[in-house]
Amino acid sequence: MSFPWAQEYKPQGTVSKWVDERLPLPRLVYNAVGAGYPVPRNLNYFWNFGVLAGVALVIQIVTGIVLAMHYYASVDGAFNSVEHIMRDVNAGWFLRYAHMNGASFFFIVVYIHIFRGLFYGSYKAPREMIWLLGVTIFLLMMATAFMGYVLPWGQMSFWGAQVITGFFSAIPLVGEPLRQLLLGGFAPDQAALNRFFSLHYLMPFVIAGVIILHIWALHIPGSSNPTGVSIKGEQDTVPFHPYYTAKDGFGLGIFLIFFVAVTFFAPNMLGHPDNYIPANPLSTPAHIVPEWYFLPFYAILKAFTVDFGIPFTGVIIIEAKLMGVLAMFGSILLLFFLPWLDTSPVRSGHYRPLFRKFFWFGLIPCLVLLTYCGGKPPYTQWVILSQIAAAYYFIHFLIILPIVSRIERPLPLPNSITEAVTGKPLETAAA
Amino acid sequence: MSTVKKTKSTGKKPVKAPKGPAAVALNADKATSGGITADDLGVENNDQAPGVRRRDFIHIATVSFAGVGAAAVAMPLVSQMSASADVLALASIEVDVAAIQTGQSIKTSWRKQPVFIRNLTPAEVEEANKVDVGGLRDPQTLADRTKPGKENWLITLGVCTHLGCVPLGAAAGEVKGEYGGYFCPCHGSHYDTAARIRKGPAPTNLVVPEFAFISDTVVKIG
Repeated sequence: MSFPWAQEYKPQGTVSKWVDERLPLPRLVYNAVGAGYPVPRNLNYFWNFGVLAGVALVIQIVTGIVLAMHYYASVDGAFNSVEHIMRDVNAGWFLRYAHMNGASFFFIVVYIHIFRGLFYGSYKAPREMIWLLGVTIFLLMMATAFMGYVLPWGQMSFWGAQVITGFFSAIPLVGEPLRQLLLGGFAPDQAALNRFFSLHYLMPFVIAGVIILHIWALHIPGSSNPTGVSIKGEQDTVPFHPYYTAKDGFGLGIFLIFFVAVTFFAPNMLGHPDNYIPANPLSTPAHIVPEWYFLPFYAILKAFTVDFGIPFTGVIIIEAKLMGVLAMFGSILLLFFLPWLDTSPVRSGHYRPLFRKFFWFGLIPCLVLLTYCGGKPPYTQWVILSQIAAAYYFIHFLIILPIVSRIERPLPLPNSITEAVTGKPLETAAA
Repeated sequence: MSTVKKTKSTGKKPVKAPKGPAAVALNADKATSGGITADDLGVENNDQAPGVRRRDFIHIATVSFAGVGAAAVAMPLVSQMSASADVLALASIEVDVAAIQTGQSIKTSWRKQPVFIRNLTPAEVEEANKVDVGGLRDPQTLADRTKPGKENWLITLGVCTHLGCVPLGAAAGEVKGEYGGYFCPCHGSHYDTAARIRKGPAPTNLVVPEFAFISDTVVKIG
């Protein structure tokens, strides 16, 4: 669907007309990312990050496919094949570094994309489905990134696989058999490596499929905007092309500058040197941490150190291990419920004074702290900080947000996007 | 000097003059109505003369720059497919041929392809030299295909020039074909004692790789 004033695709030449009548693919593109898609005229640069995430996925798929031409998933050969790519394959170092840092940049842009959604209330009606699909993509990304990290079969790869699959062993009764099913053995080995490679190759295409649904769902109500005020008429929009193709193109240029700067000049900045040691199932690295994009969740996992039970009786209801795992998964799963936890009808954080305070002085410091603590060894002070931050994370979403939505008195909203942009009310009635 | 300046400025004026107000008018129009269309970008700007517009320059520059970038990125994506350093590192081998008796031949492997090293008997050398080179499909003498003073050492790729099968005749007991050299069983190409094509579909003689005797008994191939 689109707005009634959307420009219509008019094929010009005979070939275009012939194609349009048989397979209207150019029409689809025109209506999706061309002049046929009206977009709010006031989008800021935070609205670039969806497109950037799409580009990051394409970078990952393209570099990944060529890396798979040289990689082999064998416990004896995987590490060497990665080194072979680095040293022998033409431009192999570039392709691998681009893929390695591409994963990090994919998460950077997706985290900014999620941040945009959280602050501007992009998850609210009528865009709940877009948000749900987005959280799904995020989960798929995490699984893909984890399995990709296992493939070089270095020390961090191996012990990452050991720890992550260990989460499943926390489940009562079926946990350990489930873990052995996932690994195809008692510890990560050939079976696990092979299936991780297979799935790591598959998942990006699943992600691409869910992204299509994500964009489809987006095009039903159209993009939100920094005021959160719905589009009232044609004067509130501009065609996607050329306005946002140009703006996204500019943002893409900036993104690529950062991406190639890290890829060429600090390719291992975001990685761990331990992963350049071949996997050794008999020796765990002294300080084992996941990649930076998993640190907040890792901090939540480590925050649970005491079994939950009835005091003074010794009866344990939930073990600390299980609680940590549940909390870690719960911290992501609760995002699925966000559209119904935040009941305020005002979307944009700009017009929500109380929400904004908790957002900037509660949620953001809490996430920074979790990321920081996640990378620290489990010493008492870091554990206590993780516990405080993890507690705030859940309190923020489950208690503060619903209460704030009820008691907050939002600032007056502009009557329309155009009014917010031009600073004066419309004289003529909206179309 | 002053007159030159004057003519310059007046010469510029007619171009600039309509542009300024037109742009202002566009902006003013934008502010009041609020609606912006693709026309504002100058896609169909009626205020100006048709032909090349200033905006065309930035369009072409942008697209060209992106095109050059895309081509630059395509290079590593394609070049990764060509032979890697470890493959190229095996591009030359050294073979000790001391143990090959007259009339014997061995198969070895060079760049993952079979190589035949054959110690020709005097009779075979004579037979090869007897042939009228002008009547051959791929005219070459035995001397062209061997090193001076070492005419008995015939070194060729064991790859039929027709479609790449390995011809027979190098190992003891194998069929040597009608001309006593090699015979390719796939499509029936016969090679003589200088491994020249004599009969069958192969277009050229068996390829002689680049080689050199680095001592009396050691050959470096490649």
